[in-house]
Amino acid sequence: MNDDTLSATFQAVADPTRRTILSRLAQGEATVQELAGPLPISQPAVSKHLKVLEKAGLIERRREAQRRWCRLQAKPLREVAVWATEFQQYWDESFERLDELLKKERDARP
Amino acid sequence: MVIHSSMKSSQSIAKPAVITTPNDTEIRVERSFDSPREAVFRAYTDPKLLIHWMGPRKYKMTIEQMDVRPGGRWHFTHIDTDGTKYGFHGEFREILRPERIVQTWNFEGMPGESLQTALFEEHNGRTTVKSIVKFERKEHRDGMLASNMESGLNEGYDRLDELLRTTH
Repeated sequence: MNDDTLSATFQAVADPTRRTILSRLAQGEATVQELAGPLPISQPAVSKHLKVLEKAGLIERRREAQRRWCRLQAKPLREVAVWATEFQQYWDESFERLDELLKKERDARP
Repeated sequence: MVIHSSMKSSQSIAKPAVITTPNDTEIRVERSFDSPREAVFRAYTDPKLLIHWMGPRKYKMTIEQMDVRPGGRWHFTHIDTDGTKYGFHGEFREILRPERIVQTWNFEGMPGESLQTALFEEHNGRTTVKSIVKFERKEHRDGMLASNMESGLNEGYDRLDELLRTTH
């Protein structure tokens, strides 16, 4: 995963409206109208968010008759999650090692 | 929001670090150690000690530079078992032994530099280290906290966690 993709994914999920959209799409494909329905913002505003998500590679869009459909592409999200979980574990394992190091020091100088 | 990190380890006696997000651009990490702060501070600032604890065990670590004084640069690299290198670098801004370290922090390849302030507080021979990591932008902070997607403890990311499971 290159830095640009990672950066775009982070920016895309940093917004609560876009997270709501992604959650809805996790349940299955939806039309732009269905996505906009429960949101307290205008349909053009929703379209702007969809553009950001599409650019980040998080959704795919298609047209069928008069309807515009959106579908989730979860791969970039998984990549971010995998990376970030490692970051969190990084500190816990580091601190456990620091505990051990400090214990050795205490034992050496009672 | 409070996140209790969930390290799955056989050494479950260790208390996990407590991570909080007091505002849009900061992460706070708090952890206590059963040693006086002189010793903990030394472990943070002496490269001969740092190399024994910084990072997961499976990584090899090299410290390219560690000039512990205001304006001094630091740079270290973790090397994964498959040879992948993860570089970190920055600059020390303030060193107040044994109370405070202020340094910039870059994870090479990740967007955004952060400013990290580590405070060392001692009570009854135990030391609590409080690290405040300040990012320039909310997106960069949120990127660091994207692990919420998996731990599911943040309301917004909670749903993303579901999302990740359902789309596997």
